[in-house]
Amino acid sequence: MMLVTAFVLAALYQGNAITQMKWRVLIVALGFAAYFALTSLSATFFAFIVFAAFIVSSGHATPFEGRAATREKGWVKWTLIITALIFFEFFVLMPLFAVFIEALRKGWGTYFEAFTLPDTRAAIGLTFLAAAIAVTLNLVFGIAAAWAIAKFEFRGKHFLTTLIDLPFSVSPVIAGLVFVLVFGAHGWFGPWLEEHDIKIVFALPGIILATVFVTFPFVARELIPLMQAQGKEEEEAAVVLGANGWKTFWYVTLPNIKWALLYGAILCNARAMGEFGAVSVVSGHIRGETNTMSLYVEILYNDYQFATAFAVASLLAVLALVTLVIKTTVEYFADRSRTQDNPES
Amino acid sequence: MATPRIRQTRVLPGFGPTLGYTLFWLSIIVLLPLAAVFIRASELSLEEFWTAVTAPRVVASYKLSFGLSLAAAALNAVFGLTLAWCLVRYRFPGKKLVDALVDLPFALPTAVAGIALTALYAKNGIVGQYLDPDGLARVALFAKDSAIGQFLEPFSAKVAFKPLGIFVALVFIGLPFVVRTVQPVLEDLDVELEEAAVSLGAGRLQTFLRVIVPVVLPALLTGFALAFARAVGEYGSVIFIAGNIPLVSEITPLMIFIKLEQPDYAGATAIAVVMLLISFVLLFIINGLQAWASRRTGRDR
Repeated sequence: MMLVTAFVLAALYQGNAITQMKWRVLIVALGFAAYFALTSLSATFFAFIVFAAFIVSSGHATPFEGRAATREKGWVKWTLIITALIFFEFFVLMPLFAVFIEALRKGWGTYFEAFTLPDTRAAIGLTFLAAAIAVTLNLVFGIAAAWAIAKFEFRGKHFLTTLIDLPFSVSPVIAGLVFVLVFGAHGWFGPWLEEHDIKIVFALPGIILATVFVTFPFVARELIPLMQAQGKEEEEAAVVLGANGWKTFWYVTLPNIKWALLYGAILCNARAMGEFGAVSVVSGHIRGETNTMSLYVEILYNDYQFATAFAVASLLAVLALVTLVIKTTVEYFADRSRTQDNPES
Repeated sequence: MATPRIRQTRVLPGFGPTLGYTLFWLSIIVLLPLAAVFIRASELSLEEFWTAVTAPRVVASYKLSFGLSLAAAALNAVFGLTLAWCLVRYRFPGKKLVDALVDLPFALPTAVAGIALTALYAKNGIVGQYLDPDGLARVALFAKDSAIGQFLEPFSAKVAFKPLGIFVALVFIGLPFVVRTVQPVLEDLDVELEEAAVSLGAGRLQTFLRVIVPVVLPALLTGFALAFARAVGEYGSVIFIAGNIPLVSEITPLMIFIKLEQPDYAGATAIAVVMLLISFVLLFIINGLQAWASRRTGRDR
């Protein structure tokens, strides 16, 4: 209700339906007064913040709306916008709100208590550790693959790119299954590993392997098209001037790809921390030892400890939101550095 | 374009090590483990394989997974296109927030999405309470046994722990794929094309159908296929809301999981082979669609 009020008022304030500014301000003020009469002061205050956020985040006028040929009638435009937003509200916003509402249903006390449990701490630690290792491994791989594919010509390049994309289209459960088949007790190396007392499946290495598999293409996929587009003239110039391979990479290539690299790492990290299906198969669900946050949420939920489950889930949701904020910021800076490099485009 | 073959000398160093490392890492992380599935499956006799993949419970799961994934991808194609269109064409309050949050289903861990959707659509959930006949009538401010209340009754639905719940989860996870494939194509659309159409006497709807749709179609189909491929393999967000009733609401990835827990490695591997083959076909189709899209629009990808 609050969202709708804030949206309608923001639309009235910004739109062209009312021509004079003073009338717009008056209407918005009346709207908030009515809302205040129906609800409370805190709700009105909150609605005003949402209203301000809506106004600030409405972006620039698009070039399409300025031209007669690409402008729709007002009712068509608003029908489309409202349809899209209702869909968005039900399928994206409500699940997000639900996480926080359910987490705080029993109050802040229960909420913070969830994070003092040793099992929670262990799950958080394990998640960050596994994600950090997986992201590092994929960064190294992504840079190597992008260097080979973007800077050199060889046979089967297209096929290699397709193979790198392969993990995207494999179900996470199968991603877990493959490592059980290779390293599990009944797997290929199972007996040998048992003899030498090395644990891979149902232990940290298995979790990392599954995570690396699932997030395999992320960094390479961001880097390859960018490095292909940038060509290799700059690097060749550096080499001709006497720089060695590392120096060339460090001083010429890296500054050019830093945003894409960061972008890939962020996406990779988000998926790595949240991976559920693949990790679920290889982890064995040992509490306090091989439970990542996602798996821990599942166990709590199945134990009917909903408040704790949603509290841990809310931490994951916050991490997802932070990811989106960083991603949007990186996109902004990448965009700006691109327009600075070639202002005419 | 036949360019004369010039013998290339490589100026840049590092081709050998980087390609070598790429192939090595790709082999041990992706190719060998995937090969293990096929090798394991080949140890089964053809008959064993066939019984494993055509068991009634498994067949029911294929129908459910593929049917619902298709439906979810189709719904996403319609609303994803609308959303992308609004984000590109119009200025409206909160636009940048919406634009940033489109990627939420991608960034939000699937297990979190799963329990959140279940909490929303369960019988006493935030949305679920309005979907039973009483709730629907309450929304419409009419009693259940009034004429309008009776008219509304067929629209009531139990979502959680039913196939419809799986559908909701699959729509959630597929949305960013459609929006993010269609959006850049819409942004690059040449305004002159539309102006030409208008100056030649076409109406707005006609321009949309005859000028815009043909350009956007390959990207839209790619987004549809990506959303479909993701939905078929999806596990985390579905299992909480599905209820997992045999023959009714079990998805195929869950069948693999159940077989592994039993443990029935052979059965799990056989189903995995079927799913992998389907994934490969989808990947092939998506690659083809992307090639078509880039020919249509002159974009790289």
